[in-house]
Amino acid sequence: MKKVLMLVICVVMFVAANPVKNGYGVGDVATDFKLKNVDGNMVSLADFKDAKGYVVIFDCNTCPYSKAYNQRIIDLNQKYAAMGFPVITINANEGSGDSYSEMVRIANKKKYKFPYLYDESQEVAKAYGATNTPHVFVLSKDLKVSYMGAIDDSPRNAAGVTKRYVEDAVDALLKGTIIPVTKTKAIGCGIKWKRI
Amino acid sequence: MRYPITFLFTCLSISLFAQEAQQIKLKDLQHIIATPSDHIQVFNFWATWCAPCVKEIPLLEKLNQENQRVDVTLVSMDFDLDPNPDKVNRFVARKNLQSKVVILAESDPNSWIDKIDKNWSGALPATLVVNTKTGKRKLVQKELHEGDLEKLIEEVNN
Repeated sequence: MKKVLMLVICVVMFVAANPVKNGYGVGDVATDFKLKNVDGNMVSLADFKDAKGYVVIFDCNTCPYSKAYNQRIIDLNQKYAAMGFPVITINANEGSGDSYSEMVRIANKKKYKFPYLYDESQEVAKAYGATNTPHVFVLSKDLKVSYMGAIDDSPRNAAGVTKRYVEDAVDALLKGTIIPVTKTKAIGCGIKWKRI
Repeated sequence: MRYPITFLFTCLSISLFAQEAQQIKLKDLQHIIATPSDHIQVFNFWATWCAPCVKEIPLLEKLNQENQRVDVTLVSMDFDLDPNPDKVNRFVARKNLQSKVVILAESDPNSWIDKIDKNWSGALPATLVVNTKTGKRKLVQKELHEGDLEKLIEEVNN
């Protein structure tokens, strides 16, 4: 009985001393996932056999920031998928406007050429530490988090951009040079978490 | 016929007496947050386009009116997407907001989000509760529900 009690105390102390980490930091190795795409198929990063890295974007159907960045996300894939950095978008938001059927509708309307995955349990968003949309994680081939944050510094209009954070990060990975900015923060729509 | 007139008058009086949101800079906001006060300061970061923000504002309004020891400041983050303050002011008038409303008129949030609170991701809504007497502060980065604010105030008091 005493042994059991000691074990319980040890476990409790261990858990208390190791609080659950809130998502990834730059340099951490991200875990792969398997989520349902808008075409009904399950998609993992490992499916992209020829990828040199990945541009994972937590996005949203309804968020005005996501809407403002929608064309820029399409353009990122257009530019970088052929160079080995496919865009993979994930929707983890709760709410009727962000249902799977709405995701399918938007992906069809905008003719997405990249996956738009449904993170219904919100586990992937939590593991990555995604906070607002669109929130980008640029991963190297070995899934190391190389950049996390905003797409650029001008959500209002693409014409006003002075710093292209994601493009700079991917370009640096392609060239094997140092990424100029590895982490940024942005105002945006908080991911709509399920209420526990 | 009497009712439309009453309605018109109500609309008119709201628009006449509604506060106009003051546009402030980061240093002004930092100053307000740091200024010693006998009251507990509640800063709610919101935007007119943010549905969960709009939903929780009545809780903040209620707190501001009912608790004399608390000052609520609603800090609009609309500037980043729309620098024109009209939309915010129309919202303030329509909802007849009584809490103090300010607009943070700063570009490039990446350069200043950490200066408001290092733990803040920039996601909206966010609420910062500050007690300058105990030096305690609490940041919440999700939608508030009934009772949440009271709990936060309790936490910065002790």
